[in-house]
Amino acid sequence: MKELTVDAAINNIEKVTDFINAELEALNCPFKAQTQIDIAIDELFGNIAHYAYNPETGKATVRIEVEKEPLAVIITFIDNGKPFNPLEIDDPDVTKSAEERSIGGLGIFLVKKTMDMIDYEYKDGQNILMIKKSLV
Amino acid sequence: MTINKTKNGNILNVSVDGRVDTSTAPEFETAVKSDIEGVTELNIDFSKLSYISSAGLRCLLSLQKIMNNQGTLIITGANETVVEIFEVTGFSEILTIK
Repeated sequence: MKELTVDAAINNIEKVTDFINAELEALNCPFKAQTQIDIAIDELFGNIAHYAYNPETGKATVRIEVEKEPLAVIITFIDNGKPFNPLEIDDPDVTKSAEERSIGGLGIFLVKKTMDMIDYEYKDGQNILMIKKSLV
Repeated sequence: MTINKTKNGNILNVSVDGRVDTSTAPEFETAVKSDIEGVTELNIDFSKLSYISSAGLRCLLSLQKIMNNQGTLIITGANETVVEIFEVTGFSEILTIK
């Protein structure tokens, strides 16, 4: 297990992505899975940076754990901000036209569609959001 | 992310190198919108795009709405992962992808 704690800010998304990518590359992660994980980081860490402490600032921790046989990674995002369960957001209606489309919920929807598991709990004053992605 | 733009009369060609994500989407949107007035043919070349997140999808939706009123928006060169993102989000129905 490795983890990184940084300020929950948009300009730290790249630092978090680089941290996770270094671990994924060491595991010979398939390119497509890595891209999907990078997008999930953008969505989930981006959400924390935008909303968790707004208008204040605070920290966020990103943790990566590896499961073997079958190979998978579990990435956990932890913040001490406002309780927010992204799994409660309604999925967008993906059949609507450009004029009718609303912009909410798209990021979480994308994460749900590309990860193998997403789980949320609020515990001891912390938002804990976990995603799992198979690397095989 | 690097953006290249060429405007030829009413045709605006844009190519993007890198990612369109939370950090870069505002720059992408501003760059395209600053030249969109009077454009009837907007072509976006994504052959060097590594990936797009929902922040980038929201920009594309906004550009599509503008072009619905003044012309066409055509997206070319998107890689397999990006095409799959367009498909799962229903954007493949909204956008013209070639």
